[in-house]
Amino acid sequence: MMRRTLVALALAVAGAGAQAVPESLPPRADSALEARTSAVAAQLRCPVCQGVSIQDSPAELAQQMRGVVRDQLAAGRSPEEVKAYFISKYGEWILLEPEARGFNLLAYGLPALLIVVGLGVVAVVVRRNSARAPAPASAAVGVDEEP
Amino acid sequence: MTRLIGLDALWLSLAVSLFGVLLVPAAIIRRRPEWLAWTRSAVYTNFALLTLAAGAMVYGLVAHDFSISYVAQVGSRATPLLFTVISLWGALEGSILFWAWVLAFYAAAVLWVNRDREGTLVPYASAVILAVAVFFGILLVGPANPFHLVSPVPPDGPGPNPLLQNHILMAVHPPLLYLGYVGLTVPFAFAVAAMLNGEVLQDHWVVLARRWTLVAWALLSAAIIAGMWWSYEVLGWGGYWAWDPVENASFMPWLTATAYLHSVMVQERRGLLRLWTLNLVVATFVLTILGTFLTRSGIVSSVHAFTQGTIGWYFLAFIGVVLVAALVLVAGNSDRLKSEGQLGGVISRDTVFLLNNLLLTAFTFTVLVGTLFPLVAEAARGVKVSVGEPFFNRMTLPICVALLFLMGVGPALPWRGVSNDEARSRLLPPAVGAALALVIALMSGVRMPYALLAWVSAGYAIAAVLREYQRGVGGRMRARGERWLVALVRLVRGNRRRYGGFLSHIGVFVVALAIATSSALRREHEQTLRPGESMSLAGFEIRLDKVSGREEPQRAVIGAAVTILRGGAVLRRMEPRMNFYPTQQSPVPTPDVRSTPAGDLYLTLMAFRPDGTTATIKAIHEPLVPWIWIGGMIVILGALVALWPTPARATEAAA
Amino acid sequence: MNWRRALIAGAVAIPVLFFFAWGLTRDPGEIPSPLPGRAAPDFALEVFAPGEPPLARAVGDTVRASALKGRIVVLNFWASWCLACRDEHTILSQGARAYADQPVTFLGVLYNDEPRKGNAWIAEMGGQSYPSVNDPGARTAIEYGLYGVPETFFVNAEGRVVRKHTGPIPAAVLKGILDSLLAAPRAATTP
Repeated sequence: MMRRTLVALALAVAGAGAQAVPESLPPRADSALEARTSAVAAQLRCPVCQGVSIQDSPAELAQQMRGVVRDQLAAGRSPEEVKAYFISKYGEWILLEPEARGFNLLAYGLPALLIVVGLGVVAVVVRRNSARAPAPASAAVGVDEEP
Repeated sequence: MTRLIGLDALWLSLAVSLFGVLLVPAAIIRRRPEWLAWTRSAVYTNFALLTLAAGAMVYGLVAHDFSISYVAQVGSRATPLLFTVISLWGALEGSILFWAWVLAFYAAAVLWVNRDREGTLVPYASAVILAVAVFFGILLVGPANPFHLVSPVPPDGPGPNPLLQNHILMAVHPPLLYLGYVGLTVPFAFAVAAMLNGEVLQDHWVVLARRWTLVAWALLSAAIIAGMWWSYEVLGWGGYWAWDPVENASFMPWLTATAYLHSVMVQERRGLLRLWTLNLVVATFVLTILGTFLTRSGIVSSVHAFTQGTIGWYFLAFIGVVLVAALVLVAGNSDRLKSEGQLGGVISRDTVFLLNNLLLTAFTFTVLVGTLFPLVAEAARGVKVSVGEPFFNRMTLPICVALLFLMGVGPALPWRGVSNDEARSRLLPPAVGAALALVIALMSGVRMPYALLAWVSAGYAIAAVLREYQRGVGGRMRARGERWLVALVRLVRGNRRRYGGFLSHIGVFVVALAIATSSALRREHEQTLRPGESMSLAGFEIRLDKVSGREEPQRAVIGAAVTILRGGAVLRRMEPRMNFYPTQQSPVPTPDVRSTPAGDLYLTLMAFRPDGTTATIKAIHEPLVPWIWIGGMIVILGALVALWPTPARATEAAA
Repeated sequence: MNWRRALIAGAVAIPVLFFFAWGLTRDPGEIPSPLPGRAAPDFALEVFAPGEPPLARAVGDTVRASALKGRIVVLNFWASWCLACRDEHTILSQGARAYADQPVTFLGVLYNDEPRKGNAWIAEMGGQSYPSVNDPGARTAIEYGLYGVPETFFVNAEGRVVRKHTGPIPAAVLKGILDSLLAAPRAATTP
């Protein structure tokens, strides 16, 4: 009995999917606009998914948000303005990549710093521990050494 | 009854593990080294008890014993048998139970393989593994107890998470993941044991740790590939990697384990990097626990995060103990681990290995920073930020390309240092491969800069590795007059580690090229169709035939029947679906994929009218995707070649 | 063992652990809305469910946010497929009646659903005292930065969003917010 109601409820959900289907089929898409839409949509996080952009998400809200992106771009707004619109509604959280300024620079800078410092360390280790000249095969060299 | 057997087995297992751990200090303090033999009994008994507990749970699931809390949570009479069995790892408590069982299995396996080895190393290592088992034992009788009594007994349960009962890979990916993940406890245990008994400068713990790392690494590689495959086949967006925290959690220890497998070669060969290599072993284990903490505690949001609860605090306490103990032990032993060897030369494979380790470490660090940064930003600025795919791609793609390039430079150079002239004569020829790869990529239409760089680097590296095989085979053919196939087999057999490693590298190149090309040439198109209408993508005609629904015992399914045509000829019929589960608010899509070696056609049903008059279908064309899975299998094959014991090694290991 | 170095290394772990401990007290799923404090986004949406007298509005009427200035607005996003919406239905319906003689307007906004199903759901739940409007394409939902349903926004008499509640709203929370808004000094524009 309980199960039956649940299945009925599930099918009601099924109906919700229909909402996204437009009455008339969309006209032949403007491919340049589509490309710009995709580029912006790929940077916005889907609010009802986890860590997926609204470009990639099959969720209904993501498709609708993509529609908003498309409309705003078509109306002449710049990609930055479109992103700013979504930030004003959802907060910085909506950006899949934190803006590279202020405190967020830390996320970009720390790995770069590690590589720079690491290269220095490697240089020191190599210089300090290397044989001066191409050395004859030492005792430590195993069977792998080329002939 | 089943419930009580399982619960009692858990309590006994906790007691036995604790006993096994305490034996070591007791034996040292009372100077009774013969007591250490008892760790063996503790390990085997613990394995038997956890097998009993896990068996009781599987029995409870299959028998629909809803008096067991875990069964009531994930079981359902409507779920097919296979998915009922594998729901053992479908939710938090069961996954911890499975983890504990795998850990007990490893402890028993390590003892069994090394049963003839004398000394304190193996007993100490067993005790370390048992100490980790104590932690999981505490979880299992405490916050993650799967054997609570449910009263009154419900007649049925909700069934497992729909995402986890949608695909057969759910029966493969999690066990592989646990086998790989938990297996990394073993090298850590040997490292700690060697630091405790003062044998850290000797070689046998290094050999043991390396072999067990390779076992775990191969399993973890397989798990990561299977996980990518699963998300590709199930999640419906045509991608295989989203940099979700749970993916990062499995990837970070893989990276450090990879770095370790390389740095340990420098250590064994040169006597250098001892402290560094030890750090990598410890870091790898800490990252497995940290990853589990991040994804199980709900501290970062993740697709697969299990429900939150007090368990995060237990994990935090455990991380505290592990981190402090590891740091104290490593730092305390650091004086002893002074390097004494000498590198081959400035231009040598040694240098390439150092750079490889730097890059892999930077890679790990980048992933860690990206995973934790939302939390850091919230702590520092009080603002929630997201760190997703664009960040990780931007930060890690240069590292990936550099690593691919080094994978060509390394094999091209000998261990010993070479003069500039010789370096040139070794490094230049593979450039032909790079040029060839560039031409192929450009002709296939690849324009994305990183994809082109990946092709060039991988082309260079493939040429360098093939040249190594060719030099070895050619040398044998000339010196011993062998036919090339015989020479190849004997060459590989003569040095499995080396040529198995190269084979793994070839697998990595295949994966890298497939990923680069599939993302560069990905085309997608979404359209709402009426039955009979079609849309076209990448030369395929995609015709909607019918939208229909049906009910299955555990779910309702809506499918869009689609025919794929090319040049008017029918290639295949496909059916992307949407599944509606009674317990799930939003539908779970099941995409349909047509795979060929050249690429995949990936269809997702995005929306439909309940009366079946229209369906919105998203079609994605992704070249070369199947080669990701094939490349992954080559990587694992290479690891197996390297692991296969040669008769000489087998005797050495037993000695 | 070099104990000095060992202790220094061990101490390094402490701040890391404190950081994680702090993290455990946070909920990653709770994302603060930037809307509170800002002017409520405008909308013009059509009534599909009339509500009941005295709060009823004719089906087909257009409700504009700008026309509600001077009144406190409780904007509740819901859907017939939303299970949690069932939990708060009675609370909101009764709440709207309780504040019927105050300058408070309750308005339901249907999210990603069909009016037909919305009406059927209202009938199944035993009626709804206040009207609901439809939001085709979820445009207004996106304007309000909606994550899911149910979510409830409170707009004060000056037309500013003061508060957002995520998930089914408890009766006490609803009453608390409304009473504090009513107690606040009225804006000069109050008619």
